[in-house]
Amino acid sequence: MTTASVTGADAKPAVSLRRRLKQAERARQLKALALVAPLLVFLLFTFAGPIAGMLWRAVDDREVRQVLPQTVAALAGWDGKDLPNEDAFAALASDILAARAAGTIAIAAKRLNYALNGFRTILTSTARNLKAVPERGAAKETLGKINAAWRERATWTTIKDAGGPLTGFYLLSALDLTRNVDGAIIAAPPDQAIYREVFTRTFVISLSVTVLCLMLGFPVAYLLATLPPARSNLLMIFVLLPFWTSLLVRTCAWIVLLQSKGVVNDSLQWLGIIDQPLRLIYNRFGVCVAMTHVLLPFMILPLYSSMKAISPAYMRAAASLGAPPVTAFLRIYLPQTLPGIGAGSLLVFILALGYYITPALVGGAADQMISYFIALYTTETANWGLASALGALLLLATLLLALVYGKLVQGQQVTGGIKN
Amino acid sequence: MSDNASLRTPGQRIAWTGTIVVSTLVFIFLITPILAIMPLSFSSGSYLTYPLPGLSLRWYDDFITSPRWMNALKNSMIIGVASTALSMVLGTLAALGLAQWKSRFKPLVLAFVLSPVVVPGVITAVGLYFFFAPIGLTGSYLGLILAHTALATPFVVITVGATLQSFDTNLARAAASLGASPIYAFRRVILPLILPGLASGALFAFATSFDEVVIVLFMAGPEQRTLPREMFSGIRENISPTITAAAVILTTVSVILLATLEGLRRRNERLKGTSA
Repeated sequence: MTTASVTGADAKPAVSLRRRLKQAERARQLKALALVAPLLVFLLFTFAGPIAGMLWRAVDDREVRQVLPQTVAALAGWDGKDLPNEDAFAALASDILAARAAGTIAIAAKRLNYALNGFRTILTSTARNLKAVPERGAAKETLGKINAAWRERATWTTIKDAGGPLTGFYLLSALDLTRNVDGAIIAAPPDQAIYREVFTRTFVISLSVTVLCLMLGFPVAYLLATLPPARSNLLMIFVLLPFWTSLLVRTCAWIVLLQSKGVVNDSLQWLGIIDQPLRLIYNRFGVCVAMTHVLLPFMILPLYSSMKAISPAYMRAAASLGAPPVTAFLRIYLPQTLPGIGAGSLLVFILALGYYITPALVGGAADQMISYFIALYTTETANWGLASALGALLLLATLLLALVYGKLVQGQQVTGGIKN
Repeated sequence: MSDNASLRTPGQRIAWTGTIVVSTLVFIFLITPILAIMPLSFSSGSYLTYPLPGLSLRWYDDFITSPRWMNALKNSMIIGVASTALSMVLGTLAALGLAQWKSRFKPLVLAFVLSPVVVPGVITAVGLYFFFAPIGLTGSYLGLILAHTALATPFVVITVGATLQSFDTNLARAAASLGASPIYAFRRVILPLILPGLASGALFAFATSFDEVVIVLFMAGPEQRTLPREMFSGIRENISPTITAAAVILTTVSVILLATLEGLRRRNERLKGTSA
């Protein structure tokens, strides 16, 4: 249709042709966008929205504000140096009476107890013993008599800190940090400081699994990439079958194999290598073995494809130029597999960081990774703020690594394009 | 060995032998657990140890007659099929759109669309748990189907997108120049050519939903428990041989999916071979 105006070599239609082309292109782009839009909207509702909601919960702090509104307002101007003035005490007494009537004391008590152990008792005992609104000017004395904790500054700073609407409390807790009475950030008390250890443990397990996968995966990928296609396709089944087998089936199988009366222990005893069954499961060893088994295909497959792309001519050229095989391998072959090693290792590491099911089923109490605690605080203890804060940190680590992975894979595609 | 030509020195031969030995051990490591669990499901005893006291089908009988396991199988199928269908529609449309869309935001949009694969399952599950509970979508089939669709769609976008990349757009132009309407051209020209890609995408989507357990753990009520969910509590409580029967059934499904996928890949390679 447009060819007519092209052959008519006259300026005016050419301009309109350009415009028409532009319009057609724009329409095409809009159509393309319209095709992607349903998925984007869907993911906004089922994925991005929920995760944004979780991140929000990590900093959201409105429980105390809702239950004790007058107290929070009265403490807004308090400098935190001495005990707050009589107004704050009166506000608290009135808030507690209102909350008792509404049955909302427990909500505030739960939140305040996270920040100061024992606060639940302070609040519930006060609610129980406070008979009526104290007389004007007597609130301080009345509350102090009911529970001596009201004469302490820390009790009041806790309420002020939990006054919201936003808080860094959960994020600090997730890093084993807390605020002292003067608002300075300090290390959390040892009995609550467990998360750095959990993060370190998560990191160490993920790293061990990644190293194991690399050590076991490299020779296999090399073999598969070197063998003629007919044979390597056949052997590929050994990699793909576990890859496609349900995670639960594989975890269950490892329990059967590694338990004290399991196949491995029985064989070792039969061979006379050991007298007593070894403890192979419900410990770190079991977690590492089962996770390596699950994640190994994610290492082998990227390694395989990067090795497959290396032309054998390079190695032949190195040999013909007099390089000994080891030198040729280290100087010529290995550098070309580095992008594959990087991609595979990052992929395995990223996936391992978020592992939950395998450690939960084959690990002991000291092998639980960060996901376990996120799940625990969500469904068991309902400390949603802390669950969300731990989740936010895990998500941050994952996304940063995924970003590196994306750059790496993208770079690979680019060099692949140049080589070909 | 076909590689004899390149293996000239003894050192190389040793290295190659080492590769074969290590790889064989790794293959054994990869496949043994799956093979070891199978015979136990045919055991006549109720302990998960070898040697088997005798053979029987009692654990399969137990599986088939147990309302708990049959309900789980039914749930896995319902949620798997529904989320596959939904993710096929959303994923195929998006892949078609992304193939034509030119923008500097495209990598960003693609990263967003693929992110459900990378984000740890627990985070997605916790987010959905908070988000779906107030609107009554926890403890419902719909909630699980929507969640599994979000996880499965990236695989559809990748597989269908890869097929579209190798698709010759001139064929669509030829159809248009011969007077075919876009819908007719899609149905008669594009669809038959990308069908293997669509089928692979559907298999990936189904496998994703069929194997998913973390979201189900958080969101399913007792009514919606799926096979992996029942296996999870079974492993936690005590491993009865019925679980091994369930494992064999799940593995059989995986093998069928894998074989179908491999068949599709071979067919595709053959077609490419004849056209080249």
